[in-house]
Amino acid sequence: MIIDKIVFGIMDSQMIKKLSVANITKTDLYDQEGYPIEGGLMDPRLGVVDPGVRCRTCGGSIGDCQGHFGLLQLTRPIIHVHYAKIIFTLLKMFCRDCSRILVAEKDLESFKEKGLALKELAKSTKKKCPWCTKEVKKWKFVKPSSFQEGAKLLDATTVRSRLEKITNDDLEIINFKIRPENLILTILPVPPVTVRPSITLQSGERSEDDLTHKLVDIVRINERLKENIDLGAPEFIIEDLWELLQYHISTYFDNDITGVPPARHRSGRILKTISQRLKTKEGRFRGNLAGKRVNFCARTVTSPDPKINIDEVGVPLEIAKELTIPINVTENNIKSIQKNVLNGTNIWPGANYVIRPDGRRKKITDMTKEEIAKELTVGYIVERHIQNGDVSLFNRQPSLHRMSIMGHRIRIMPNKTMRLNLCVTTPYNADFDGDEMNLHIPQTLESQAETDILMAVPKNIRSPRFSGPIIGAVRDHLSGIYLITQDKNNFTRDKFVQLIRSVNTDIEIPNKSSITGKEIFSLFLPKDFSYEGKSKSGNKVIIENGKLIEGVIDKASIGAENGKLLDKLEKLYGPKITRDFLFDITRLAIEYTMWVGFSISISDQDISKEGKEKIKKTIEILRKEVDDLIEEYENGKIKLLPGRSMKDSLEVMIKRKLNKTLDDVENIMTKSLPESNTLTMAKSGARGDLINIVQTAAMVGQEMAMSGRMERGYHQRIFPHFKKNDISLESRGFVAHGFKDGLTPFEFFFDAMNSRESLMDKSLKTRHSGYMERRLVGAMQDMKVEYDGTIRDAINRIVQFTPGEDGLDPSRIERGGINVKRIADKLFK
Amino acid sequence: MSKELQINYSNELPKKLLDEVNEVVKSKKLNASQKMKLLEEVKKTYLNSNYNPGDVIGILAAQSISEPATQMTMRTYHFAGTAGLKVTYGLPRLIEIFDAKKNPETPTMTILLKSSHNSAEGAKKFAENIVEKKIENAVDKVFINLNDSSIDIELIDKKKNNKAAQLINEGIKDIEAKTKGNKISIIFKGEINIKELTKIKEKIMLIHFEGIPNVINAIVRKENDDWVVNTVGTNLGSILERDEVNIQKTVTNDIQETANILGIEAARNLIISETMKTMQEQGLEVDIRHIMLLSDTITFDGGIMSIGRYGVAGAKSSVLSKAAFEETIKHLVKASIHKESDNFQGIFENVMIGQVIPSGTGMFDLIAKSEDDDE
Repeated sequence: MIIDKIVFGIMDSQMIKKLSVANITKTDLYDQEGYPIEGGLMDPRLGVVDPGVRCRTCGGSIGDCQGHFGLLQLTRPIIHVHYAKIIFTLLKMFCRDCSRILVAEKDLESFKEKGLALKELAKSTKKKCPWCTKEVKKWKFVKPSSFQEGAKLLDATTVRSRLEKITNDDLEIINFKIRPENLILTILPVPPVTVRPSITLQSGERSEDDLTHKLVDIVRINERLKENIDLGAPEFIIEDLWELLQYHISTYFDNDITGVPPARHRSGRILKTISQRLKTKEGRFRGNLAGKRVNFCARTVTSPDPKINIDEVGVPLEIAKELTIPINVTENNIKSIQKNVLNGTNIWPGANYVIRPDGRRKKITDMTKEEIAKELTVGYIVERHIQNGDVSLFNRQPSLHRMSIMGHRIRIMPNKTMRLNLCVTTPYNADFDGDEMNLHIPQTLESQAETDILMAVPKNIRSPRFSGPIIGAVRDHLSGIYLITQDKNNFTRDKFVQLIRSVNTDIEIPNKSSITGKEIFSLFLPKDFSYEGKSKSGNKVIIENGKLIEGVIDKASIGAENGKLLDKLEKLYGPKITRDFLFDITRLAIEYTMWVGFSISISDQDISKEGKEKIKKTIEILRKEVDDLIEEYENGKIKLLPGRSMKDSLEVMIKRKLNKTLDDVENIMTKSLPESNTLTMAKSGARGDLINIVQTAAMVGQEMAMSGRMERGYHQRIFPHFKKNDISLESRGFVAHGFKDGLTPFEFFFDAMNSRESLMDKSLKTRHSGYMERRLVGAMQDMKVEYDGTIRDAINRIVQFTPGEDGLDPSRIERGGINVKRIADKLFK
Repeated sequence: MSKELQINYSNELPKKLLDEVNEVVKSKKLNASQKMKLLEEVKKTYLNSNYNPGDVIGILAAQSISEPATQMTMRTYHFAGTAGLKVTYGLPRLIEIFDAKKNPETPTMTILLKSSHNSAEGAKKFAENIVEKKIENAVDKVFINLNDSSIDIELIDKKKNNKAAQLINEGIKDIEAKTKGNKISIIFKGEINIKELTKIKEKIMLIHFEGIPNVINAIVRKENDDWVVNTVGTNLGSILERDEVNIQKTVTNDIQETANILGIEAARNLIISETMKTMQEQGLEVDIRHIMLLSDTITFDGGIMSIGRYGVAGAKSSVLSKAAFEETIKHLVKASIHKESDNFQGIFENVMIGQVIPSGTGMFDLIAKSEDDDE
C-alpha cells in the first residue's frame, strides 16, 4: 500500500464520540486488587499494554491492538491553547452582533483574492460593522488563552457561542476550512493506553506515563467542577475551578507556554506532555520519524590496517556471528547453505535463522541444526552469517557529506575492532584515537546492488565537491613514496624483487640486475598512461607510457584531496584500476619505510651555528626597524596609509615587517637545515609544514589574538611587568624563541592566549556550521534532476533549466571540466 | 552537411566546450572530418559526464558547501588587500549571505573607473568626492548666540555657504538659515530655550552636506593596471549615477541592494561570486555548480529568500517536512485550520512514513517484460 495523501484537520465532537469506546469519569486508575477500573484512565477497553491480556474492544493482544480512544465530557468548555491566537483573530474579524465578517460587501472579492495569512487579513478589517453598523470594541489578547473585549473578559462559553454563529460562507472568504467552534473543547479525547503505557517497576509498583498523570489531574478537576456546579456553589469557586481546568488542559497540550508555570511531577520534574513529545531533536518528528533505529548493524572502535584493500572493512569474528544476510535456498546453493546451517550460530560461517516457505521463522540451535539442515529445500530462506566479500555500508559520524557512508566489502578478522585502510580516513575524517564507526548490512538484493554499484568506495574516489580525488595516499604513504622515487635511488635485484613481491605477486619483474626507485613505481602504472604535472615543491613530474621519467611523487600527485595523478588515472582507467593502483602504491610505500626505518628525532631540528647567528641577526634587524617605526609614530611622523589612522597605520606596517621576517627566517632555515626525516615529511606533504619546523627550531613569531597583536589584559598593558602604553614587540606578544629552545614565561603566556582563542573558536564553529548544514539541507533536499534535465523541487517548480549551466556532474569530470585537448591528442596521435 | 551537423552539436554541447573544440581544431590544424570525429568524441564524454535523472543534486550541493564550512574560521574580520579594508569573512560571512540579511555587517563597494579617470589623481579625487561629509565635517566654527537665540556657522570653504544654508532649511523645520557675509546665521521662528538650541545644533551638524550618503570612507588601491576605489559603506544607486564610474565593473557586497537596483539576476550572480570569494579566501575548493544551485534556490522565485525557516524551508509545500524542520507545533496548527494536505512528493515525508523516496533510484520502477508481451 502506498500512502499518497494525508489531510490535516481537527476532530469535532461528533468524531470524538464516534471514535470513543469508553467514557472516562473516574479518577482512580486501579482497584484494590490492582486491576484497572472501568471508566478510569487505564480502562481495559482502551487497549492493552500488559503481556498476556486481551483487549476488551477488539480482542487483540499486545502488538495486534493499536489501542482505542476514550472520551472525557468536559463540564465547561475549554480553549485549546495552541488555537487561542487564531480564535482571537477570528473574534476580531467578525461582528459581535450579527456575526458577519467586518468587510464591506463590495470588498469581499478582493479580500478573498488576497490569499493572505489570517494575521494580515485581520489588520484590514473595518472598525465598524458594514452589515449592522455596530461599533467594534477594542480587543485585547490576554496571554495565554483569554480574550478581553472592551473591559470585559470573555469566558469560553460566550466565545464558543459567538464562533458558532459565523457562517460557512464567511469562513470561506478567509480560507478557513473547519468549524471554528470546534477549536473550543467540550469533549476531550482520551488517548489509548498504548500512547501512554505504564511500566511495572521491579518492586511491583506501577509507574504511570506523564500523560496519564496529566489526564488524572484533568479528570479530577473536571469532576470537582461538576460537583460544585450541581451543589450550587458560589460563582467564584466555580470560576476558580474552571480556570484550574483550563490550566490543566493547556499544560496537557503544551507544558512550555510562556507565562504559564509548567506542570510538575511530584518529584519536581517538569512533565513531558503532547507538544514536548513532538518538538525538538529528540521529539517524534526529528527523533523517530526522520531518523529511525535499524537492525543488522554494528558499532565498534576502528583501527588501521594498510594491508586490506581500500574498499574492504575488517569485521571482528564476534560481530560476524551476529550479523546475517537472508539467502534464498536454490538448487545451486543448497549444499553450501546446508553447511552454514550445520555450523549453527556459534561457528562462523554459520547461520542464525531459517524462514520456512510458510513464513515461519525458526532459530537455529545446536539441538535443531541437523534437523533443519535436512529439512532445507528450495524455497526456504536462510539467514546466514556475513562472509568475506559481502557488501556492507560503513559510516562515521558526523555524516557531513555523502562519502561519510560508503560501501565496503566485508573481510572477517580476529580481534575486536573494525579495520579500515588508511586511504579512506580522509573522506570519513577518521583517526584512531578511539573513533567508533558503524556498519550496516543491506538485506535485500536491490539494496546490495545499489551499495555495490553506487556507494562502493572506488565510486567515491572522486568527490562531488571539487571533482578531485578525496581518497588518496596519506601520511607515511607519502613519505615512503617520496623516498622511493628520489633520483639516484638504486635497488639491487634481491632487494627490488622482495620489495615488489611483498606488494603484488602478479607484476612482472624486470630482467635487470639493478633498477631505480622510479622504475619500481612505474611498474604499478598502466602501460599506456602518460601524465605531466608538478610536485609539491613545484618541480616537473613526467610520466610517459607508464614510465616515471622525471620528478618525485608526493602529495601533489597521489595525496588525498590533491592528487592530480589520481585525478587523471580515475578519469581514464576508471575506479577499479585506481583503487588497485592506490592499494599497491601505498603498501609499497609503507613496506619501503619499514625497510629503511623512518623515525624522527629532536636533533632533526638542529640548525647550524651560522644559521642560528643569521636568524638572531634577522630578529635584531626586525627589532630595530620596529623601534624606528614606533619612534616615528610617537613623533607623529609616521607615513599614513590611505584611509587609516596613525595607530592603524603603525600596526599594519609592523605586521608587514613581521611577515617579512618570518619569510626571511624560513629562507635561512631551508638553507641551513640538514636532510632529515622531519624535513622529508614536510617536503612530501606527509605531515607538518616548514612553518612548524621554523616554529620549533627557530622562532614562534608574533602571537595573534582578535586578528591583531595582543592588546588585552591590564589597563594599557598586557602584564603588570610592562610599562603602560608600551607597544614594542616584546610587550605585544612577539615570541623570539623556538619551542625547542624554550619560551620565556611571557612568551609562554602569550602562546597560551592564542591557544585559548583558537580553542573557543573551534567549539563555536562546529555549532554554527552544523546548523548551517541543517538549514541548507532543509532548503535544498527536494531538488532533483528530472528526465528532461531540469532541476525541480518537490512540487515540480523549475529551479534551474540546466544543472550548473552546462549540465556537468562534478563527480564525473576532472577538475576544470572536460579536457578537449587530451581527447584530440588521443584521437590524432 | 558539415554545417548541419555543426548546428546539431551547438544545440547539444555547452558553448564553452564548443569554443574549446574550435580552439583545439585551430591549433592542431584539423580538417573538417577530423573535427567531426573530435566533436563526436567530445559529445560522448560530455554525455557520460552529465547528471543522471533522479540525482539528488540539492543535497549534494548543500553538503558540498557545508562540509568545507566546518573547516572555516570564525574570526570575523579580515583586512582585504594591503590597503586594509575591514570585511567580514569566513563562516560568519557565509551565514550572512545565506540569511539574506538586510544590512551586511561590513558593507563595501568596489568601484572601477572609466579610462578617462583611471589614474592615480583621478581615483584619488573621485574617492575624496564620494565620501559623505556632514555639516560637522565641513564646519570651521559654530557659535550659539544666546542674545537673539540664533546659531552662527562658519564653513571651511566659504563658497559653499549658500548650499549649506539651503540644505539646513530643507533638513530642519521651523528655522531659517541665511548667508550673512562669511557666516551662515540660523534664526528660529518663535521662542526657544538653550536646551532646545543645543539639540538643534546637534541636528544641524548631522545633516548630509556633500558626497554620497552612506559612504563612510574610500580607499584607493591599484589592482593590476586599474585604479580601484574601495569604500566603507555602500550606496550603489548613487555611485552608478556618477560619470566617472565604470558601470559594468562596479560592484557592492550588499545582496539586497544589488537586487533592488540591478535586479534579481545580478543578485544571483553576486551571491555566487561572494560565496566563491569567501570559500577561496579560506583555501577551500568548491565546485561553482553547487553554489549556482544554491544561489538559484535563493532567488528563483524572483525575490531573495533566506535559507532557513522564514525563507526557502518555510515556503515548502509539505506540512510534515516543515514540521520536522523547525517550529513543529506552529505548522501543524496552521495546517489543521486550513485543512492542508501533504502529498508525499518530497524526501522527508516519505522517509517519515517508511516509503521509498521519489528521487535517486526510488524515482523509477522496474517493469519486467513478460513473455506474453512479445507475441
